[in-house]
Amino acid sequence: MQTVKMVVTGPFNSGKTEFIQTVSEIDVVSTERKITSEAEKIKESTTVAMDFGRITVDDELVLYLFGTPGQKRFDFMWEILSEGMLGFIVMVDSTRPETFKEARAILETFRAYAPTPYVVAANKQDLEDAWDLDDMRIALRLDPDVKLLPAISVDRESVKTVLLELLTSILEEL
Amino acid sequence: MALKGNLRDFTITQLLNLVNLAQKTGSLVIEGPSEVATITFREGKLAYARLNSEDGGLGAILHKSNVISAAQYGTLKTRAATMNDKELGLLLINSGYVTQDDILASLQSHFVDIIQKLFSWVEGMFHFDGDSNVPADKIPVRLDLENIIIEGSRRMREWEQLKDELPNLDLALKFTDRPGVNLKNINLSVEEWKVVSFINPKNSIAQIAKANKMSELDVRRIVYGLLQAGLVELVRVQGLDHSSLPGIDKAMPGKSKEEQKNLVNRLIGRIRSL
Ligand SMILES: Nc1nc2c(ncn2[C@@H]2O[C@H](COP(=O)(O)OP(=O)(O)OP(=O)(O)O)[C@@H](O)[C@H]2O)c(=O)[nH]1
Ligand SMILES: [Mg+2]
Repeated sequence: MQTVKMVVTGPFNSGKTEFIQTVSEIDVVSTERKITSEAEKIKESTTVAMDFGRITVDDELVLYLFGTPGQKRFDFMWEILSEGMLGFIVMVDSTRPETFKEARAILETFRAYAPTPYVVAANKQDLEDAWDLDDMRIALRLDPDVKLLPAISVDRESVKTVLLELLTSILEEL
Repeated sequence: MALKGNLRDFTITQLLNLVNLAQKTGSLVIEGPSEVATITFREGKLAYARLNSEDGGLGAILHKSNVISAAQYGTLKTRAATMNDKELGLLLINSGYVTQDDILASLQSHFVDIIQKLFSWVEGMFHFDGDSNVPADKIPVRLDLENIIIEGSRRMREWEQLKDELPNLDLALKFTDRPGVNLKNINLSVEEWKVVSFINPKNSIAQIAKANKMSELDVRRIVYGLLQAGLVELVRVQGLDHSSLPGIDKAMPGKSKEEQKNLVNRLIGRIRSL
């Protein structure tokens, strides 16, 4: 049995768990914790170790999707999770420009861990406050050749598109 | 769509950079601690600016820049009180008091002054309104943003912030090929020219600093300004091989290229079928 893995990373609350959950055949929510600190209490729970999703391709091949914890204090997990990944997705919450700088730093960190193809997903594009992609590209200072894709983590077709774009980039590198 | 946030996360320089590169038309409204500024752009160029606390009338602006005297300003205030800026401007030009160039130069420096003030604001909500234009009775200007951006970045003294913005000095620089941007129209200082003269995809920023005997802080500030003004972009130092992505082989060890392609194609087929 062959397994390959792809990593979904990005700042706190950007929609990583939701993204993986939308396409995984197993329940990913294994390491969520209730948030206790008031400061970070913009939602109920956060990922503390990792998310873990699975898509069975055929009898011989399984794709694992790993989601990293978004909170900085769990970033010791990042390097472990990136080991041997085929590619990665950086999720960015399009409605929270205050996280763009961190998203850029995370992108650089993962690129350094393992040089593999990646795409950037501008998530939560369904929300009214979402920034335009053109503006995000400049704010995130992405090169013109980096794929920045509109995304809605709760929407299966959108998640599929992001995964397919990443796989296409991988294929182009081969 | 929404382009809004807080100045704590986006500096004025970064916002001007965004407007400049995306060639935006519309107004940036910034609510500072004690007043509100509105900066209006057309196709990425500065067209108009005002602070809500100030008299933004043409008479006041011409007086501020010493184009008309206090006495003349006083007369205008009583005699031409009902005229809007465009009417007043025409009247002044036709009666030979001022030239059109006087007016445009005064407006430009007034608008730039307002933006300079904004550089000191560290807190405040901003939003961009793409439907908002220069008020019909106001005289617009058309001013490139590059010089204003460079000027703003010269004021940056925060080591931490500069380091955040430009963490890696091992990258090289290359000139962007944006149409209509000419380095000759930009007012660069001697130090900035020194950096510019070394720009080449073969030279890392660290090497440029060393060649110019420049501190890390200074080179960071200068490069930051050039970047924000959209004049240069960061690239990897040429000569190093960065086209191959060794991580891919590690993820599928012991496989030939054909086997790797086959595997990725199966993944693609499966995701499509979801
Ligand atoms: N409207 C909308 N909400 C979304 C979308 N993606 C995620 N959310 C919501 O955003 C919140 C955060 O999503 P998560 O998937 O928990 O984010 P995360 O990146 O895993 O967060 P951490 O693990 O804490 O870093 C949840 O309330 C999601 O339901 C989206 O595309 N659109
Ligand atoms: Mg999560």
